Amino acid sequence: MNADYLELTNLTVSFDGFVAVDRVNMSVLPGDLRFLIGPNGAGKTTLIDAVSGLVPATGSARWAGEDLVGRKVHRIARLGVGRTFQTATVFEELTVTQNLDIAAGARRGVLTLARRRTRVPEVVVKAMETIGLTDLAEVPAGTLSHGQKQWLEIGMLLVQDARLLMLDEPVAGMSAEEKDETGRLLRRIAADADLTVVVVEHDMDFMRAFATSVTVLHAGKVLAEGSVEQVQADPRVQEVYLGPGEHSKAVTEAVLGEGV
Amino acid sequence: MNLKSFLTGRWAVVGGFVLAAVLLLVVAPALLTPFRLGLLGKYLCFAMVAVGIGLAWGRGGMLVLGQGVFFGLGAYIMAMHLKLADAPASTGVPDFMALISSDGVPFWWEPFRSGAVTLVAIVVVPALAAVLLGLATFRRRVRGAYFAILSQALAAAFAILLIGNPRSTGGSTGLNNFKGFFGFSLRDPANRLTLYVIAVVALLAMVAVARQLMVSRYGELLVACRDAEERVRFLGYDPAAIKTFAYAVAAVMAGVAGALFVPIVGIISPNDVGIVPSIGLLIGVAIGGRTTLLGPVLGAIAVAWAETSLSERFPSGWTYAQGLLFMLVVAFLPGGLASLGPVLRGWRDRLRPAVPAEKTSVPSLSGGS
Ligand SMILES: Nc1ncnc2c1ncn2[C@@H]1O[C@H](COP(=O)(O)OP(=O)(O)OP(=O)(O)O)[C@@H](O)[C@H]1O
Ligand SMILES: [Mg+2]
Repeated sequence: MNADYLELTNLTVSFDGFVAVDRVNMSVLPGDLRFLIGPNGAGKTTLIDAVSGLVPATGSARWAGEDLVGRKVHRIARLGVGRTFQTATVFEELTVTQNLDIAAGARRGVLTLARRRTRVPEVVVKAMETIGLTDLAEVPAGTLSHGQKQWLEIGMLLVQDARLLMLDEPVAGMSAEEKDETGRLLRRIAADADLTVVVVEHDMDFMRAFATSVTVLHAGKVLAEGSVEQVQADPRVQEVYLGPGEHSKAVTEAVLGEGV
Repeated sequence: MNLKSFLTGRWAVVGGFVLAAVLLLVVAPALLTPFRLGLLGKYLCFAMVAVGIGLAWGRGGMLVLGQGVFFGLGAYIMAMHLKLADAPASTGVPDFMALISSDGVPFWWEPFRSGAVTLVAIVVVPALAAVLLGLATFRRRVRGAYFAILSQALAAAFAILLIGNPRSTGGSTGLNNFKGFFGFSLRDPANRLTLYVIAVVALLAMVAVARQLMVSRYGELLVACRDAEERVRFLGYDPAAIKTFAYAVAAVMAGVAGALFVPIVGIISPNDVGIVPSIGLLIGVAIGGRTTLLGPVLGAIAVAWAETSLSERFPSGWTYAQGLLFMLVVAFLPGGLASLGPVLRGWRDRLRPAVPAEKTSVPSLSGGS
């Protein structure tokens, strides 16, 4: 078992007195596909921002033996922490190959940078197969479909050699088949490569199908944590998602997914 | 690699360089009078600055509105050396200084008595200035309009500083009346031709450097920084370092251009380094096509040439013509004249009815990069 696990202790982010992430404690183990859910404004994105160094935080975020809090974004990235954004951001004018090649190159020396890419690195070829974009290798990323951009982003995380992957709503706007593909891809990545994966999602069916564990965030705090079934059955979670009081099974299933 | 891409790739590039060299080194000197050739040499200096702007702005997205500063640094360093070399051996004080006061030469002029120090400083001083400035601003994520305003303010401050110190910089008149260039008389037409040749070689070398940077992995990274800087950061790079390098290369190109401008044109004054010339340079790049390799060069030369020939006839008309041209390009042709071909093709395709459906799905990379 490898030691690359994420452990948040009292992680707190506040914006001018407004506490967006409030003393969050959470740990995610390698091979886990952890879903981070919660209503709009719960602080999910902010939590990822804090771990990846985009916003200042207090408390600690230990990853592979290092505390990430207070480090610069690119230093955190070099420790093997990768993330995607709610809106897919790829380098639109560069080709799929170029996008992946850049992602693979953060440790390149000056001499390599100064030269032209003569052949495509092995990791890039492999990642392209994994994300199913081999046929589109020489296509500018800007012309990809929304789903393909998200896959390209995941591919970039893979070649970047990230061992902690944090994905912000990766399947938003995808078709049902694309969601399935993505879910299977994430499962495969987490299990085969023993990576630690955190997925922020609103799509409950997607979560139900692929999550191995779930953390529910509400108003910056951890509301519940556990397996999909445990979380769905939690009355506090139901209250946050459905409002206070008793709810029929049909209503609950409609919002939180089947099998409650 | 198939034969076609080989032909359009490497050989096209080599052929292009040979063609440019023949045109500039053989055809132009044969056809132009020494006066016109001197003017062309001056345009080539602007073109050198433009190559750097193309790299920093076109590829790196840094709106460098103050390249006059680096141009001026190179130019004044060279001018100080030439003035010191021209000074009478008895006093060692340049003519204009001796006229104004009897305090002698300011201490910071002294290093430039040495030709070697001067040549090194022409490269190192602009590079250092750009690295310090670049790291200070890009680290703080100053970019876009803020960076443009900052670089422009710097050009203004530089010009004001020069004007405010007439005793050591020649004030608003600047430095002029150079007699020799590293031991060679500037009156001799043969030496002036040699200077022109040096300018051509320097420009071609800079274009070659810019091309290598553009096709290299670094070039891809620079474009990535331009389009999605945050994303680059999350991949583990430091965008500040990536951008600063391009900025420094552009600064060195501008510095060398300034240094060659001085003996070719015979004068350097605050008018050549302030905001107006800085923007003029940028306009040439925008018109030519900032993201391309040759667009900036051709744009800068064309704009400088148009300026000379138009202002010979309509003295104040040029400024308006330049502004109008700039607006037209920005509004209708953001990629500059270099993108005219693809843009026209795009219009033609749009006018042509009922394009087959599968054809539209073929991605086309517009813009002449
Ligand atoms: N830079 C900021 N400055 C001030 N407040 C912020 C900032 N970023 C986020 N917030 C606030 O923090 C809270 C949490 O936002 P966050 O984006 O993390 O929510 P989220 O759970 O990702 O929501 P969604 O599901 O809508 O993406 C929100 O109330 C938001 O308004
Ligand atoms: Mg969010």
